[in-house]
Amino acid sequence: MMTSHPLIRLLDRGSTLFLVLLAAFAIAIPVLNLLVPDGSALHVSTYFVALFGKYVCYGLLALSIDLIWGYVGILSLGHGAFFALGGYAMGMYLMRQIGTRGVYANPILPDFMVFLNWSELPIFWYGFHNFAYAMLMVLLVPGLLAFVFGWFAFRSRVTGVYLSIITQAMTYALLLGFFRNNFGFGGNNGLTDFKDILGFNVQAEGTRNALLVISCIALAVCFLICRAIVTSKFGKVLIGIRDAESRTRFLGYRVEAYKLFVFTVSACMAGVAGALYVPQVGIINPGEFAPGNSIEAVIWVAVGGRGTLTGAVLGAFVVNYAKTFFTSGALAPYWLFMLGGLFIGTTLLMPRGIIGTYNNWRAGQDAKKAAAEDDAVPAASPHAAE
Amino acid sequence: MDKQTTSALLYLDGISVSFDGFKALNELSFIVEPGEMRAIIGPNGAGKTTMMDVITGKTRPDEGDVFFEEGKYDLSKLDETEIATLGIGRKFQKPTVFEMHTVEDNLQLALKNDRGVRATLFWQSSDEQEKRIDEVLDIVRLKPLRSRVAGSLSHGQKQWLEIAMLLAQDPKLLLVDEPVAGMTDVETMQTAELLREINKTKTVVVVEHDMAFVRELGVKVTCLHEGSVLAEGTIDQVSANDRVVEVYLGR
Repeated sequence: MMTSHPLIRLLDRGSTLFLVLLAAFAIAIPVLNLLVPDGSALHVSTYFVALFGKYVCYGLLALSIDLIWGYVGILSLGHGAFFALGGYAMGMYLMRQIGTRGVYANPILPDFMVFLNWSELPIFWYGFHNFAYAMLMVLLVPGLLAFVFGWFAFRSRVTGVYLSIITQAMTYALLLGFFRNNFGFGGNNGLTDFKDILGFNVQAEGTRNALLVISCIALAVCFLICRAIVTSKFGKVLIGIRDAESRTRFLGYRVEAYKLFVFTVSACMAGVAGALYVPQVGIINPGEFAPGNSIEAVIWVAVGGRGTLTGAVLGAFVVNYAKTFFTSGALAPYWLFMLGGLFIGTTLLMPRGIIGTYNNWRAGQDAKKAAAEDDAVPAASPHAAE
Repeated sequence: MDKQTTSALLYLDGISVSFDGFKALNELSFIVEPGEMRAIIGPNGAGKTTMMDVITGKTRPDEGDVFFEEGKYDLSKLDETEIATLGIGRKFQKPTVFEMHTVEDNLQLALKNDRGVRATLFWQSSDEQEKRIDEVLDIVRLKPLRSRVAGSLSHGQKQWLEIAMLLAQDPKLLLVDEPVAGMTDVETMQTAELLREINKTKTVVVVEHDMAFVRELGVKVTCLHEGSVLAEGTIDQVSANDRVVEVYLGR
C-alpha cells in the first residue's frame, strides 16, 4: 500500500531476510577464512573467498537487470557491456598502480603500450592513477553510454525484441572495438597482472576478504536503492509502463523519461558490479563484452524470479554455483546444454522463477487462510478480505 | 484557421489521414462545445478510432486543423503526454487498467499531480488525495473494491475503473471509446447514467455502436462514414436519415 511508512515499505519480510542473510554471509566467510585454522572442516579456502566475491558481483549485475526487466519490461541483452565498462575503468586504475613493477618497468605506460611502441599515455587514460577519479568513471562511463543509448532508443519508441536486439548489437560493437590494439585498452589480452589496490596487495588474503565484504555492502546498498525505487509511486508508474504502456502515456506520464532514468541507474549499478569484479578475478578482457555473457545474466534473473529483486541475486548464486560445480567435473563439456535446458525448463515449468513461485504459493496459502477465517466469522462483510 | 475564432472546446476542420493510400479520415470536420456530450456512431471502419487517435496525438493528421479550448492549442503539434496534460482523457476500446495494481493505486497514478520523475520518486500520499480517490470511487460505485487487484475485476468493473481513472485526471474533455462493449443490459444502463452524471461537470465524447445505449444517453449524435460526417442531429433525426439507414443496413 502506498500509504504505509516509507521504512516499512522499503523493508518487507523478504527484503529484511535477504539483508540479514547477506550480512551473515559477509561476516561468516571472512571469519571462516581468516580465523578458522587451515585443517579445520569449517575452514573456507581463499579460493572460495574469491569465488564467492565473484558471485556477489554477478548478483549485483543480476539485480541491475531485474530492475529494468522485471519492473519496466526492458529486456536488455547487452547489460554485460555496462558491467565490462565499469570493469575496464577499475582495470585502468589497477594498471596505473603497477608503476615500475611491470615487465618493462615504465613508470607511466602500462606494459601493453610499451609493447606497442607507444611513447605517451593516451588522453583517455589520464587521471586513472587517481582512485576517486577512477571510481567516478566506474559510474559515469556506463551511465553516460546508457543515457545516450536510451535517449535515442526510448525516444524513438523502440521496444520489445527490437530493443533487445540493439542492446546485443551495442555490446557486440564494443566487443569488436575493445579487441583492437589501437583502441588503447590492451586489445585481446585486456588488462591484467594487477599488483595492488589503494596500496593493498590484490592477491593477499586480507584484501580478498575485504573485497568480498565491500561487494556485499555495494550489493546491499544497491538493493535498497532498487527497493526505494520500486516501492515508490515512481515504481508503480514503472509497473504501469510494463503492463500498459499506452495507458501510462495517455495518463500524461512521459514514458521515455521514466525508462531513461531507470535504465541509466541500472547501467551504473552494472558498472559498479564490474568494477568490484575485476580486482577479485584479476583480469578484464574484451570477452566480458561477449553477447553470451549478457544473455547468461538474463538467465540468472529468470531462474531466480524476475520482478522480485531478491530472486535475481539468488538466481545468480544458484546458476553460478551450478556452473562452477559442473564445469569442474566430467560433465564440463555439457554445461552449455544444461544452461540452455535450465532456461527452457524455467520458462516452461516455473515461469516466475524460484522466488516468484514461492511468493505465489504463499499468497495462495494466505488466501486460503483468509477464506477459512471468513467462514468462521459469518458476520464479516464479503468485501473485508485483503 | 486563425486562432481564437471559435468558441468550441474541440474543433476539427478538414482532417484527412491516410494509411498506405487508404483514407481513414476524409475531410472530417465537427466541433464540440464546452459542456456538451456528443455521441459518435458509425459502422466498422468509419474512422471513429482514428479520429480519437488524431485528437490524442497518437496519429498526426495529413491535412486539417485540430484545436482545443477555443483554438488555443493546436493538437496536431503536440504529443500524447502533452495533450493528456492539457486535459484530454481517453478511455480505450478494450478496458486498459493496470492489472497488477490495486484499484486504489490505479487511481493514485491517475490523479492530477506532477508527472515528473523526481515528483513521483519522492511522492507522499495526502489526506486530500485519499478523499479525492474516495469521491471518484463513489461516482463509479467501486468503493468496496478499493483494495482489490484490478486484474481480478470483472469486465464491466474494469470499464468503470478506467472511467474513474479519467475522472481522477480531472480532464476538461473525456473521450470514451465503446464504454459498454461486452456489458450486460443492466451495466449498460448504469454506464449511461454514469456518463450523464459526469457530463454535469465535464465535456464528453462517446464513441459507441450500441444504439440502445446512444438513445439512452439522449444527446446530439454524429454519424461517421468512410472518414467523414454523414449526418448530425438527435438520435431520431439521424436514424431517420436515408443515407444512415443505407450505410448501416447495407444497400
